[in-house]
Amino acid sequence: RGIRVGYTPDVLTDATAELSVALLLSACRRLPEAAEQVKSGGWTTWKPLWMCGYGLSDSTVGIIGLGRIGQAVARRLKPFGVKKFLYTGSGPKPESAAEFGAEFVPLMRLAEESDFVVVTCALTPATQGMCNKDFFSRMKKTSVFVNTSRGTVVNQEDLYEALSQGWIAAAGLDVTTPEPLPTDHPLLSLKNCVILPHIGSATYATRSTMAVLAANNLLSGLRGEPMPHELKL
Amino acid sequence: LSKKVQAIYMWWHRPVIDRELLQSLPNLKVIANSGVGMDHLDLKLISSFGVKMANVPRAVSTSTADAGMALLLASARRLVEVHHIAISSNVDYCEADILGVKVSGATLGIVGMGRIGYKIALRAKAFEMKILYHNRTRRKAQEEQAVGATYCEKIDSLLQQSDFVMVVVSLTPQTRNLIGKRELELMKPTAILINISRGAVVDQEALAMALQTGVIGAAALDVTCPEPLPRLDHPLLKLKNVIITPHLGIKTDKTNYMITEEAVENILAALNGLPMPSEVLPS
Repeated sequence: RGIRVGYTPDVLTDATAELSVALLLSACRRLPEAAEQVKSGGWTTWKPLWMCGYGLSDSTVGIIGLGRIGQAVARRLKPFGVKKFLYTGSGPKPESAAEFGAEFVPLMRLAEESDFVVVTCALTPATQGMCNKDFFSRMKKTSVFVNTSRGTVVNQEDLYEALSQGWIAAAGLDVTTPEPLPTDHPLLSLKNCVILPHIGSATYATRSTMAVLAANNLLSGLRGEPMPHELKL
Repeated sequence: LSKKVQAIYMWWHRPVIDRELLQSLPNLKVIANSGVGMDHLDLKLISSFGVKMANVPRAVSTSTADAGMALLLASARRLVEVHHIAISSNVDYCEADILGVKVSGATLGIVGMGRIGYKIALRAKAFEMKILYHNRTRRKAQEEQAVGATYCEKIDSLLQQSDFVMVVVSLTPQTRNLIGKRELELMKPTAILINISRGAVVDQEALAMALQTGVIGAAALDVTCPEPLPRLDHPLLKLKNVIITPHLGIKTDKTNYMITEEAVENILAALNGLPMPSEVLPS
């Protein structure tokens, strides 16, 4: 019908990368779970192994989708002592990967070798349901899975099984299917699953910028002029 | 048996090292602590018995720096609060209610640029934060340049400019209540205070008041006074803009091993009359 589409790329890269790392750290160091123990009385005398999580030092991080956000995530994780970066996607991106010495590997190898998996890819027919039973069953028992891409990249039933059966240690999700999740959804009951209501770009500054950009796209479209960011269909 | 004891390896604050214990262990040569803070020990008393002391600064620094960044990011994006909203069935919210603040381009003021503080600076740099620091002594120029950190000789100037204030000092008579009413009032009303040092470095009552009245924006504490914090009616536990974690700084699978390795290294050195890697002297 000749309807033009504007969108807001780039302006939310930093905010989303920050949220991805925040989610990864909260999941691997068990922040919400521990904060709850402080309130509920679970925090008693000191015990050496209580509330222990996982560190990033000498770890292998696997990034699914080394686009702008994936690269921004890798950049922020590097000084935490990550030993190796792996990535996967539709094809290798040597220029982007060089900064981190990241190695392009098949999806399943990324699952097997990563201590931390971060999903920052676009949702396409190829990535739909990509993180499923086969994927999770290959991950390490001590690994942490983070998804800030789109809910349907992950098979949620399989993720639930992986978390509840101990195939992986913990997960952090900023995106789900649907959004919001129904309040009785099993994933919401898991202590080792940190769920956020799609706040990847939710900072005052970023949302303001997005709003202005969207408005400019709209106004340009209405005037029949080139848009700041037009999606080519 | 007491004559056979030559070394003590402490876990948390046990055993309690007092005059009675020291007198009962005539052949005690060294006490190794399973952390870096030594504020729970009477260093002069122990030293007067000819007993050497050690902490484990190398083992704890990385996991503690990670925990500091985890709290900084969680508080910037209100992670614990928003997670709770996401998993609760009876909370209504709109998009504007759950906005946080961006870390990129924000100013981080590190109070105490020791081993842990410096590791935090390294991490913060990757988030494109502007870094200020206050320390007893200034770091070397190359060290400052490597993380893009600017020295603030006076803590006031750091407090006035920072969006995030990270407290990473050791607890000494000089740093007790370092952050009190005056310091909190110097901070921006939107600023976030993160404490990973010791509870007593921050005046908790003043902090609770400051948070309640909007003098500062939010706080995240991995350490409190006391630990654990009494649950019933504690003002800090009632505030939405506070995250409190139960001293998670060293709580990772690998750190426990590293702590023991470093402590044993010190113990063996002391027993063999060799220089200790991390001996702590009474100041």
